[in-house]
Amino acid sequence: MTAIAEDRAVQTTLAELLLTMADDEFVSGFTDSEWTGIAPLLEEDVAISSIAQDELGHARALYQLLAEVLADGRDEDALAYDREPEEYRHARLLDHARGDWADTIARRFLYELADEARLASIGAGFKPLADLVQKLRREERYHRMHVVAWIERLARGGPEPRRRLEAALRAQGLDAPTVFTPLSGEAALIEAGILTRGLTEAEGAWRADLTTILVPLGLELPPHIGPTPDGRQGHSESFRWLWGEFTSVRRSEGGVTW
Amino acid sequence: MAAPRSAGTTPIAASNRPDANDRAQTIDVLGVVAALAGVPDPEIPAVSIVELGMIGEIEIDGSGIRVELLPTFVGCPALEIIRDSVADRLGMLGLPVHVDVSFATPWTTDRISPAGREKLRGAGFAPPPQVRPGRSLPVLDVVSANGALPMDAASAPDPVAADVRTTDDADVVPCPYCGSEQTTLENLFGPTQCRSIRHCPDCRQPFEAFKPI
Repeated sequence: MTAIAEDRAVQTTLAELLLTMADDEFVSGFTDSEWTGIAPLLEEDVAISSIAQDELGHARALYQLLAEVLADGRDEDALAYDREPEEYRHARLLDHARGDWADTIARRFLYELADEARLASIGAGFKPLADLVQKLRREERYHRMHVVAWIERLARGGPEPRRRLEAALRAQGLDAPTVFTPLSGEAALIEAGILTRGLTEAEGAWRADLTTILVPLGLELPPHIGPTPDGRQGHSESFRWLWGEFTSVRRSEGGVTW
Repeated sequence: MAAPRSAGTTPIAASNRPDANDRAQTIDVLGVVAALAGVPDPEIPAVSIVELGMIGEIEIDGSGIRVELLPTFVGCPALEIIRDSVADRLGMLGLPVHVDVSFATPWTTDRISPAGREKLRGAGFAPPPQVRPGRSLPVLDVVSANGALPMDAASAPDPVAADVRTTDDADVVPCPYCGSEQTTLENLFGPTQCRSIRHCPDCRQPFEAFKPI
């Protein structure tokens, strides 16, 4: 690949953007995959497993781009599996444990719409990413349809599902804005056309989108929590456990070819 | 800032690669497409990757054959098998082969050829509804002069345009077994990333349908 970014600052921030996007998709996909075999309905087992597969595939494509930008010899598998837990840069929203079905739906809903707002903020400045994002958005439409249908089903499903959904939205809504944790050097990415707007602006678009779904259902919007510079750092015990799971095979036989 | 995609490649000087150049002159894009028509989809062998519209630009010159392979879904687990099959198949033509997995032209279900749609139906899979009604499907057995298959990125619909339809019960997806138009969506997601699950109340069969994308 030819020079990705002549400007060192742009390259560093581009790598940070790709890492946050890839880690979000990877951790989200891996958490969802835990439902395979134990989802509440057989059809849902198929659906959540397929979504998890999509997200892991998206993570792989993003790690591949990141590998090209970093050009430090690590491939997508090394980037996905060979880091210590504190080196992951997924949003704190995705640090929550799988929880019950309402927790998963609330987390997926808040994340899916946030990811959509972020993808809508990617410009043409780095063509390989712009090309990939164009493809990702087509696929994510299906995830949105799925999770919005579940939000409506739980919200209107009687006292118990609604109570659980409200509790899950309240618990995870506090961390939901961390998906929009500002990148250091974000202005350089806007200047280079890699982003078309800052992540704070994307958060505004996300809130407007959430409003159209949550308000008609009488559900609360996530609170404004202000800037969260550490929104992608200091991961939870739940994530450390998950990390142990998803790296266990890789760690069992270092450097082996499958 | 990224290098623009080159429209063509510079041929290596004839004196350096006489054999390859001789071969390059006898192999044309149609020959490459014909060879690729023998590469089946690993999951639905009744249909070829050409009929599915997975082949983008093809370039042939003294340095070999360069083929753009368009993944149906970003995370498609069959992609590596397909890439290896393409390389093996084209390797038989006697030129170096370079398979370039690319998202520059997004694959859409509109790229499936009419013949491909019929073969899917014959294999028990409902072909996807057209993403944009009234727009003609690409005809993959006609190749334009520059080697690009006639469906290019410029004519592809905007991925999030409001008029892009998606699978829901408003779309008629006829049963691939009995042709009933009363089928219902059971699950947006199916056993692979590219398919949904539907049910036919008339012949009482569940079946898989391609997700329009």
